[in-house]
Amino acid sequence: MTTPAKVLELSGLTVQRGGAAILEIPAFSLNEHDFVSLIGPNGAGKTTLLLAIMGLIQAGGGFSLSYRGSAVDSAAAQLAFRRRIAMVLQEPLLFDTTVYENVASGLKIRGVGGRELKERVYAYLERFKLVEMAKRSARKLSGGEARRVSLARAFAVEPELIFFDEPFANLDPPTRQALTEDMDRVIRERGIAAILVTHDQSEALRLSNRVVVLHAGSIVQDGTPAAVMNAPVNEFVANFVGMETILEAVVLANHEQQMTLKVGDHELDAIGEQQPGEEAYCCIRPENVTVSIDPPYSTSARNVFKARIVETAPFGPLLRLRLDCGFPLTSYVTRESFAKLGLIQGGTVFASFKASSVHPITKR
Amino acid sequence: MDLILDGILQAFRLLFTLDREVLGIAWLSLKVSGLATLISLVLGIGLGTVIALTSFPGRKVLVSLVNTGMGLPPVVVGLFVSILLWRNGPLGFLELLYTPSAIIIAQSVIATPIVMGITIAAMQNLPANLRLQILALGATRTQLVFMLIKEARLPLMAGVMAGFGGVISEVGASIMVGGNVKGYTRVLTTATVMETGRGNFDIAIALSVILLLFCFLINYLLTLIQHRERPR
Repeated sequence: MTTPAKVLELSGLTVQRGGAAILEIPAFSLNEHDFVSLIGPNGAGKTTLLLAIMGLIQAGGGFSLSYRGSAVDSAAAQLAFRRRIAMVLQEPLLFDTTVYENVASGLKIRGVGGRELKERVYAYLERFKLVEMAKRSARKLSGGEARRVSLARAFAVEPELIFFDEPFANLDPPTRQALTEDMDRVIRERGIAAILVTHDQSEALRLSNRVVVLHAGSIVQDGTPAAVMNAPVNEFVANFVGMETILEAVVLANHEQQMTLKVGDHELDAIGEQQPGEEAYCCIRPENVTVSIDPPYSTSARNVFKARIVETAPFGPLLRLRLDCGFPLTSYVTRESFAKLGLIQGGTVFASFKASSVHPITKR
Repeated sequence: MDLILDGILQAFRLLFTLDREVLGIAWLSLKVSGLATLISLVLGIGLGTVIALTSFPGRKVLVSLVNTGMGLPPVVVGLFVSILLWRNGPLGFLELLYTPSAIIIAQSVIATPIVMGITIAAMQNLPANLRLQILALGATRTQLVFMLIKEARLPLMAGVMAGFGGVISEVGASIMVGGNVKGYTRVLTTATVMETGRGNFDIAIALSVILLLFCFLINYLLTLIQHRERPR
């Protein structure tokens, strides 16, 4: 297998605001066809990272950026680089003119005119189902339509690399879903690399081949979606990616990665590399915890605990159960299962999860 | 009441018979104020855009000064332009005092802060991230400025209206630097003042009607453009 070519490489990126560093990234690179989801809490530096790469905010000295092997180190090189990429910001920021003119704007900036301009604009109007509204004022579009136009405007310049900064925030779920699919389809058709800033972890899982977690201006984890979601590197990432149960534990034994950990007065089986005596966090995703009325004798789950339902709360189409097994544990059940099992708050159940569902992180 | 009625009738008679003197005065007013507005547009939009898009120490003071300048009393402008252009003044060698050029200079001084103030406000009212979006689309700095001006064009037209309205209707500066010389620097406002003083209300009303008509037509034209500019 050949290593994918690097499209973008940066090093020594720092951005200061009010004398304090708000972004510090020693190195970051993007490979050909990478679809990176950039996740992290508000103020983590996600937008700042994209703007710094685009040269739209001042980065500190020592920052170097290269695009396809060429250094982006002068104003001219930066303009040329910006003209090969595109960025969709959180607001649609459409111009006060027609939909057609909006989609044409990036091409006009690049000096494209005449028949070529018209053909390219119509190609993207068609692709994003906007032909019928080509002559409409961009100011009179709905939120979803405006986002669609901003996508068409970005893709119309046929970028080699595209950045999205939460482009579908505040949209209703069906519109968001439809736009995300359109975006994903065009990215895959054109085979370009992309970075998507998102707060929606299911979106990150579904779309990207790589997830980068930013926290307080630094990259804290960079890996496949499965690695970030199931094997977070620290307590922050575990919390952020929805590991609702994070328990403090001490390793009692480790035999060929089959571990036993002590959590309070209980023992947990897990898979990991920590050695006896080491302190660790045990992270368990709620979707990996099964709840039953009777002890699950036939289960392959190594960890079975008697628990009391402390709290039930709606969680989208599911119910989130807060359990007390002598240590806190969270589980999701469908409303149907909740009713079928006759579960009640304060009632007793058995909670079970596999050793492989417990992700231990060394405590530092 | 008869006085006003007679005045209005006489005004229309003067207008419809295309009275040479009245038309001459009207044309000069239009020319002088039109040119002053054009100059103020170039200076006001240019400087206003620079102030709006940059940050530097003392910017807030400068913006406050510009806003104060939006209400500059024409007589004060008239006084300082007169001093500048006075025979022994710093620009006296240009021999511009009591010429239409002097009125154009004074009126430009009056209109420029108005256009500048409206430009700064219009630019600042654009979405904060629009600049980033335009640059992200690959625009050069020059393209960015033109695209921002284009985006702010509707409020900027209000600037044109306010600027033109401000100068065509001012009298203090025009009379001080123009001198109200018959057939040379007599404009609608200075002529109206003079004819009223003489008790020639009919001519004064005729001149006022033309003045109002100009103001209305310019504003109507710009309103039409504003409406056409916003596609349905």
